[in-house]
Amino acid sequence: MVQKLDTLIETASQTAGPYVHIGLMPTYAGNGGYYDEEIATTPFVDESKAKGDVIEIVGSVFDGTGWAMRDALIESWQCDAAGVFPGAEGADPAFTGHCRFAADADTGEFTLRTVKPGSYMGRGGVISAPHISLWVVARGINIGLNTRIYFEDEDNANDPLLNRIEQRPRVETLIAKKTADGIYRFDIRLQGAGETVFLDL
Amino acid sequence: MTDMGPLIPRNRAIHPVPYDPDYKTSVSRSPNLPLLSMESSPSEETGPTFGHNKLGALDNNLILNWTKGAAPAVGERILMHGRVLDEMGRPVPNTLIEIWQANAGGRYRHKKDSYFAPLDPNFGGCGRTITDENGYYEFLTVRPGAYPWPNRANDWRPMHIHISVYGHSFGQRLITQMYFEGDPLINHCPIAATIKDRSSLDRLVAPLDFSKSRPLDFLAYKFDIVLRGRRQTMFENKLEGM
Ligand SMILES: [Fe+3]
Repeated sequence: MVQKLDTLIETASQTAGPYVHIGLMPTYAGNGGYYDEEIATTPFVDESKAKGDVIEIVGSVFDGTGWAMRDALIESWQCDAAGVFPGAEGADPAFTGHCRFAADADTGEFTLRTVKPGSYMGRGGVISAPHISLWVVARGINIGLNTRIYFEDEDNANDPLLNRIEQRPRVETLIAKKTADGIYRFDIRLQGAGETVFLDL
Repeated sequence: MTDMGPLIPRNRAIHPVPYDPDYKTSVSRSPNLPLLSMESSPSEETGPTFGHNKLGALDNNLILNWTKGAAPAVGERILMHGRVLDEMGRPVPNTLIEIWQANAGGRYRHKKDSYFAPLDPNFGGCGRTITDENGYYEFLTVRPGAYPWPNRANDWRPMHIHISVYGHSFGQRLITQMYFEGDPLINHCPIAATIKDRSSLDRLVAPLDFSKSRPLDFLAYKFDIVLRGRRQTMFENKLEGM
């Protein structure tokens, strides 16, 4: 026998199931007023004071059959317009960086209203292109799926994550397309043709 | 700011498999292609924080929170409690835990749930709390009933409580389910069975805990949660380029 490790083992994930919205988005689930203050309904503390450009990202989460899922729940996390993560010194006090949003129960379309993030410098001085991190959960997803939204009108050429994608056409699955001033389209495909690049970070 | 080090890579072997034909919905909702693996960056190492001021006094009391204290929910009264730790064994303080569950009859307060068991007018089915400085949390609730669900012809979910935890990094984000010691349905559940490592599934089963049970009031079940840790060695404090 060898020595015993002191480390613990991470708790296993389980699917969020069909009723995840009652727990995380009670108002969306029809149980409005459950809490005095629901969390993460918007990434803004005060949108009128937030620095940077306010944008909307519209999209759907498609399953392997091409169906726009009605029950997907997504969380976003991002830095502010200056590239500072909320909680760090100098971060925009009008912005929390975190939002929960869901696919519309009738159309399957979601909208994220937020600020366009800046770029930031990571470990070793590496600069990441502006992006928003996403975490997707739903019935049938056994462990939450991580991905990122990048923007077609930014310089993504030297982004360390995008540069690790070997099959170059797959890079496009992480890039939001500008459809109007301040509006972007970003679809997520869980499986099959055009499958989104999901991350293990 | 001090570099706390990258997140310890996730051991996917202890997690459920994404694709499992016995859990039919997973078949079309699991990626076919491998995940893109790399070291975590600030996007995953930082995360949202929530202040205690957002929470109401009854938020972690599911017996009373739906009626704002006016009338208690029906069912077997239980205390669900435990600690949130990371893989290094360190407590995770001040982190948000949210739970949701069916009522004592196995029915959710959700428009899509049409099971025969009636809604309890005094039970909403969700709660939230923030861990204390030692990573400790507790909820007072009723034991949820088992319920049937459309999958194979006759599948039933064991009694379970859904749990969402943040940790301090977006890369630690976790949703899981707590099961109850001794429930025979655990061994028949295709969702529990998406976890192929039996010891990993066993860690989702809360033992009955008489040390926290309150006589003539409630039973207790203990559920500790372990989130991803961060890797730091003495060598990683070296100066740039050395
Ligand atoms: Fe459930």
